Amino acid sequence: MSEVIANGGEHRKLTKKDFESDQAVRWCPGCGDYAILAQMQKVMPELGIPKEKIVFISGIGCSSRFPYYMDTFGFHTIHGRAPAIATGLKLSRPELSVWVVTGDGDALSIGGNHLIHALRRNVDLKILLFNNKVYGLTKGQFSPTSEIGMKTKSSPAGSVARPFRTLSLALGAEATFVARAVDTETQHLQQMISRMAEHKGSALLEIYQNCPVFNDGAFDELKDRKTKSDHLLFLEHGQPLVFGPDDEKVVKLDTERTRLYVAKRGEPGGVEITHDEAVADPGLALLLARCTPPEFPTPIGVLRAVSEPTFEDQTLAQNRAAIAVRGEGTLQELLYAGDRWDV
Amino acid sequence: MAQDDGHSDGPANGSSSGPQRPKRRLDSVVIRFAGDSGDGMQLTGTEFTRTAALYGNDIATFPDFPAEIRAPAGSLAGVSGFQLQFSSNEIFTAGDAPEVLVAMNPAALRTNLADLEPGGLLIVNTGAFKAKNLELAGYERSPLDDGSLSKYRVIPIDFTKHVTTALTGTGMSSRDIARTQNFFALGILFWMYGRNPEPEIESIKKKFSKNAQLSDANVKVFQAGYHLGETLELFDARYEVPPAKLEHGHYRNITGNEATALGLVTAAKLANLPLLYASYPITPASDVLHNLAGYARYGATTFQAEDEIAAVGAAIGASFGGAIGVTGTSGPGFALKQEGIGLAVAVELPLVVVNVQRAGPSTGMPTKTEQADLLQAIVGRNGESPIAVVAPATPAECFDIAIEAVRLAVEHMCPVAYLSDGSLANGAEPWQLPDPEDLEPIRASFRTDPENFAPFLRDARLVRPWAIPGTPGLEHRIGGIEKEDVSGNISYDPENHEHMVLTRQAKIDRIADRLPPAEIDGPASGDVLVVGWGGTFGALRQATLQLRAEGHAVGHLHLRYLNPLQSNVGELLRRYRRVVVAELNRGQLRSLLRDKYLVDARGLNKIQGKPFKVREVVEAVRKLLSPSAGVREGLHS
Repeated sequence: MSEVIANGGEHRKLTKKDFESDQAVRWCPGCGDYAILAQMQKVMPELGIPKEKIVFISGIGCSSRFPYYMDTFGFHTIHGRAPAIATGLKLSRPELSVWVVTGDGDALSIGGNHLIHALRRNVDLKILLFNNKVYGLTKGQFSPTSEIGMKTKSSPAGSVARPFRTLSLALGAEATFVARAVDTETQHLQQMISRMAEHKGSALLEIYQNCPVFNDGAFDELKDRKTKSDHLLFLEHGQPLVFGPDDEKVVKLDTERTRLYVAKRGEPGGVEITHDEAVADPGLALLLARCTPPEFPTPIGVLRAVSEPTFEDQTLAQNRAAIAVRGEGTLQELLYAGDRWDV
Repeated sequence: MAQDDGHSDGPANGSSSGPQRPKRRLDSVVIRFAGDSGDGMQLTGTEFTRTAALYGNDIATFPDFPAEIRAPAGSLAGVSGFQLQFSSNEIFTAGDAPEVLVAMNPAALRTNLADLEPGGLLIVNTGAFKAKNLELAGYERSPLDDGSLSKYRVIPIDFTKHVTTALTGTGMSSRDIARTQNFFALGILFWMYGRNPEPEIESIKKKFSKNAQLSDANVKVFQAGYHLGETLELFDARYEVPPAKLEHGHYRNITGNEATALGLVTAAKLANLPLLYASYPITPASDVLHNLAGYARYGATTFQAEDEIAAVGAAIGASFGGAIGVTGTSGPGFALKQEGIGLAVAVELPLVVVNVQRAGPSTGMPTKTEQADLLQAIVGRNGESPIAVVAPATPAECFDIAIEAVRLAVEHMCPVAYLSDGSLANGAEPWQLPDPEDLEPIRASFRTDPENFAPFLRDARLVRPWAIPGTPGLEHRIGGIEKEDVSGNISYDPENHEHMVLTRQAKIDRIADRLPPAEIDGPASGDVLVVGWGGTFGALRQATLQLRAEGHAVGHLHLRYLNPLQSNVGELLRRYRRVVVAELNRGQLRSLLRDKYLVDARGLNKIQGKPFKVREVVEAVRKLLSPSAGVREGLHS
């Protein structure tokens, strides 16, 4: 539980309300973003971080309006660049808790380069990637995560390119924390947000989020009470990869062909795996990241959480080492270095 | 520096071996070293410059090299040159044309000969004049034999043979031996100009301390070159260029990129804030990044970003956090950063963007200089998006103007473009070191009081508070969407938008209130005022001095502040009968001055990737001075 010292010096526990800004929320009615905002505002008081030390940085798109609604420091930047701006902030202020809010277009299309490099460097950023598989703010064009064949105003005959698998991309960059959630699984989403906050290093959370206007129902199978147990695979560290109404189905490893497949529990063949999010090699996590319907259930939860030094810590450690060896430099030393002569 | 320190008489000078040659005194000499890009011409030139500076000469250099790291050996495209002028007087340029040309191969001769002054000294490495090299350079016959060099004083020396002799028995390959030829050339020049070889020998040992064989070899050939001067009768004289009478003080030799890096890190110290320099490697700006990477213990952090856009973004992020955020690049990268600069305009955060300009458009000529990004800096973004723009005039002045850029950014909460160029970046001159105590602190203050805080509540200069994350009670949101003044809340209100556009402009305009008045070098009024900005300073200053010495009423106004302009610029322009704006572009500053002041400014423009020659400026101004002067060739109206 975090406490703030109010102006009078009194200690007070922060509540959800402390994280609600005075700005009217302007997403479309029924947008999945509302649920994500609410979970974030619920989790924030539990993190034990003074709210002036929390910064939300976003790019452009529906999701990127998020910082305006959080009563923390916030920076609504330009399309795709939030990870770069957040990296600069982290290099100058490593003690801050910096959250990046982005979408499938912002992070995976115009800002793809910044995303992979932030993940590769392991900058201590919490990246929430709202994936609704469509461009919302520009009114409905296909996005880099849209399914093949999606008909939109800019793809009347259906989009032809394969969608990015967000988590495969993140794991390809060897991100140290990779997870997925669904906007309507609110308890699970809260857990995931808490887990990101605890992680030191780049954390990417893909949140499947429904756009009721331009791609309504994209995740219905994962949300319908009747079908979701057949379509969601909840990953838990140390637990088997089971799903179905009675956990009767399992995702197994075919060791000969190095692939996963779905089987009935107890059937011979293959290897039942215990989920290990902390294993250094991202290979198995990559196999999980490639599990997509209809062949597979959709894995949600933490695919990978490993500990590695952060970019800013290593960079600043180099600076400290330089000072340790030769002392903090003065202007006199700086300017009067090298070959000099006097007149 | 005292004249009797003995450097002009090297120890080898006292030896009686070899013929005695007269010693002639010269005011200044312009030398150009030219060879393959792998021949080490930049190192040779730099070393000669360094010792000339240490000796007390005034110096100015102009390195000129191809973008290719190693173009095919012997090819015309691979020729790399380094020109320097050293003098016993104050000089402003590396010289219009060399009086001494050292040509390491036929291609170097062919590409540089036209620049050599008639009667100039031509030192040719005859060892490289073999059939293949001649063919690569496009010579049908060797120019050494066909009389085509008769108007020069040719000193043919087989460098290859001499270095091979000097290094026999060292076990070095002929390829490695050939690589030492540049130090052989340096040795010859040291003898010719009576420079003390000992400090150079120490310098070679230090530079090559990791490779004893190479160190020994370079020292040997350097000495061989030096001694050749004494024994070879082809040299009819030695020359002496006494030290210059520079102002009293401490000096070091510095390039523009080095001075820029020093200025940035000094500015951060003066503001008592950390510096984040975020950059993506690009010619000719990369050396700023390299230099700052070595200044970690002075409070500089460098970030080699994944691209130009990330670099400007990281700088903005650092500024948001309360550091001095700087990004550096050249023209193409500057174009990529413009959206980020626009964000900094909208959120009113400090940001310095270093643009070491090069010839464009697009990739253009990366290693060649140009001044064609002025309009890109002033108006190159979407929307009404004003920023401050400054430009250093000389390599050493890069230090002062880099500090000034940071000062304006921090004290006015705005982006500042700092326009250096390729010739400033790589050119060198003596820098009179400032006393750190004399440098004016930069006033950076963060808002801490939550009472009546509003993110866009402005002071009398229209500057908003810098309210950084981590400050209790100041939680607020900023962004690129138009915002209501004072509160900073998103606003699409038409009146508010117009108010914000005008306010952001007025904030930049009011910077002029603090600037010192611009000054003309020359008479208070007269016939022709030559106006320039940036790296053309040296040629314009030398040319206008020469014209005044000829009796003409010519002045020189060199602007360091391009946006806003200093308040008295309009008035200064009207003091002269004619105004010529000299720039290495099609007339960008001229357009701005004509637009703002309705003055009939003519243009002197050159777009060849090369600096102005003094004589080009002199000739152009002379035309204007003639009684019948009108619109003439070379002067764009």
